[in-house]
Amino acid sequence: MKTLPDDRGYFGDYGGRFVPETLMAPLAELERAYRKASRDRAFQTRLDDLLRSYVGRPTPLYLARRLSAGLGGARIWLKREDLCHTGAHKINNALGQGLLACEMGKGRVIAETGAGQHGVAVATAAALLGLECRVYMGTEDMRRQELNVVRMGLMGAEVVPVEAGSRTLKDAINEALRDWVTNVSGTHYILGSVLGPHPYPMMVRDFQTVIGREALLQFRKAARTLPDMVVACVGGGSNAAGIFTAFVPHENVGLVGVEAGGRGLAPGEHAARFSGTGASGILHGTRTLVLQDDDGQILDTHSVSAGLDYPAVGPEHVQWQESGRVTYTNVDDEEAIAAFHVLAESEGIVPALESAHALAYAMKVAPAMPLATNVLVNLSGRGDKDLGEVGRVEREAP
Amino acid sequence: MNRLAAAFRVARREKRAAFVAYVTAGDPTLARTVEIAHALQRAGVDVLELGVPFSDPIADGPTNQRAAERALASGATLNGVLAAVKILREDCELPIVLFTYANPVLRYDISRFAEDAAAAGVDGVLFTDVPAEEMGPFEGPLDENSLDLVMLVTPTSTRRRMKAAGRLGGGFLYLVSRAGVTGARPDLSADLADNIRAARRASSLPVAVGFGISTPEQVAKVAALADGVVVGSAIVSHIGALGDCDELADEVEKFASELVQACRR
Repeated sequence: MKTLPDDRGYFGDYGGRFVPETLMAPLAELERAYRKASRDRAFQTRLDDLLRSYVGRPTPLYLARRLSAGLGGARIWLKREDLCHTGAHKINNALGQGLLACEMGKGRVIAETGAGQHGVAVATAAALLGLECRVYMGTEDMRRQELNVVRMGLMGAEVVPVEAGSRTLKDAINEALRDWVTNVSGTHYILGSVLGPHPYPMMVRDFQTVIGREALLQFRKAARTLPDMVVACVGGGSNAAGIFTAFVPHENVGLVGVEAGGRGLAPGEHAARFSGTGASGILHGTRTLVLQDDDGQILDTHSVSAGLDYPAVGPEHVQWQESGRVTYTNVDDEEAIAAFHVLAESEGIVPALESAHALAYAMKVAPAMPLATNVLVNLSGRGDKDLGEVGRVEREAP
Repeated sequence: MNRLAAAFRVARREKRAAFVAYVTAGDPTLARTVEIAHALQRAGVDVLELGVPFSDPIADGPTNQRAAERALASGATLNGVLAAVKILREDCELPIVLFTYANPVLRYDISRFAEDAAAAGVDGVLFTDVPAEEMGPFEGPLDENSLDLVMLVTPTSTRRRMKAAGRLGGGFLYLVSRAGVTGARPDLSADLADNIRAARRASSLPVAVGFGISTPEQVAKVAALADGVVVGSAIVSHIGALGDCDELADEVEKFASELVQACRR
């Protein structure tokens, strides 16, 4: 099988590098540094050591027995990325890119964040590696993920509120890109998902594929087989790309990406790019599926989960969807919040609202699957950050 | 010869730099944009750059972002911008370059866009977020409709990239004065003269410098070095402060006249 992307950063028709000219030089520099680092044994050893001793990898594979018994169908397994240091898979990528920034001699890193998990991961990596750090975050997200704002500050990062647009992830990326255009020489932009101009979709995927590599080996060992289905939530799509990539060649394993259905599929009420409402477009440096109006203006999105609240999706996911290898579906706010409670009550695990979308889908399909089948859910993050917001939403519910 | 090339030739003959004015189309309304274009022509502007408003303008600073928001709120679309150019062309020969992000054009359909833009009387198109490597799908349709592709080069562009831009580009080469987004800056880049020389070596096109130039003093300094000077945010900020009023066009004319005067060497 040919490995994607091609040398121009395309996954089929999607991807590429649509950025202001000023960024072409740093992107070329980044691509060179990344390709060199991925062949450099010392770099890989350093990253692997940190992933083990600092992040706590490998993260466990856990069979959710009480949850599965309650549903009465397929067994549900969880890949416990919520147990990573900082509470989500985002740290895998943040550390990889942080080390890369050091290799490139850049003393300052910037990042965007939605749910705050990527921002926290970058602030953490920056503290660990002694880098100056600035994180852009929409004010709507700062409100609903307040705990993470405090955590970033604690680690010495400067959190810059973004007031533009819908004041969420999209707007934070706009500001981070503007910062980078202005401060190209000494700054590395640690993008948090499989989005943006080449090489980000490839590089972020590669830093996250540790999830799927571990899960595949752990699953074989524990169950003597492979799962029938692997489910992950998809905002930009980094945790999904991270767990899917290892399973893509195993065609008997069904792969399902779960988007945010929000309050329904009317424009502005969701972030379900694959629901038939997204169209091919260019946003944040990459050609991909984008929620936009007839004039090519980007639509606002809504999800109870800040990490899924984004109008475009990683280009490789569009290629996976077109090739039929991955199926994409969506789960709405209410279903996600219900799954959030069920996991807490049945297993003593509080999932992030993002991950709760993947879980909600698994809970929907598991009862109709035979008892001997297995569904693996990427539990990409923990839900401490969401406690306040879930409470607020439930108090305001009619 | 097309309008763009002619404008730079006239300026050179008159031993001055060409003055390129940028405004966001539809700010405050498309009807006002037509009035403003006439006013800019009366002020002696040589080339008009019309910004196509986009919801996520990553190459723009706060001034132009807010202008795009106002334009979108007034209902301006790419369709509407082309219709405004058509109206303008009834009695205005000012060369017009559309300054746009890729997505609205992609959504409109590149071929249909090129045909409609040419039919409306657009002379050139500048894409803020399409580098030479990605220009493939855009190049052909623009060329078939005799639209100049105005390429951006920056202080971070390698010599090879500048040459590629020179080969692909038409009308003029747009040199970004310094790494950064659009918007006024207190000082000019110290490397500006070197960067202009590098752009000249890479291409036979006239070189116009933009981003961050806002005062008559800065215009005069750049005009002494380059073939053209682009002022955007300073004019846009003036338009934003005045808002949708009947004096708008006259005020913009007065404001632009001072900047145009500074182009004389």
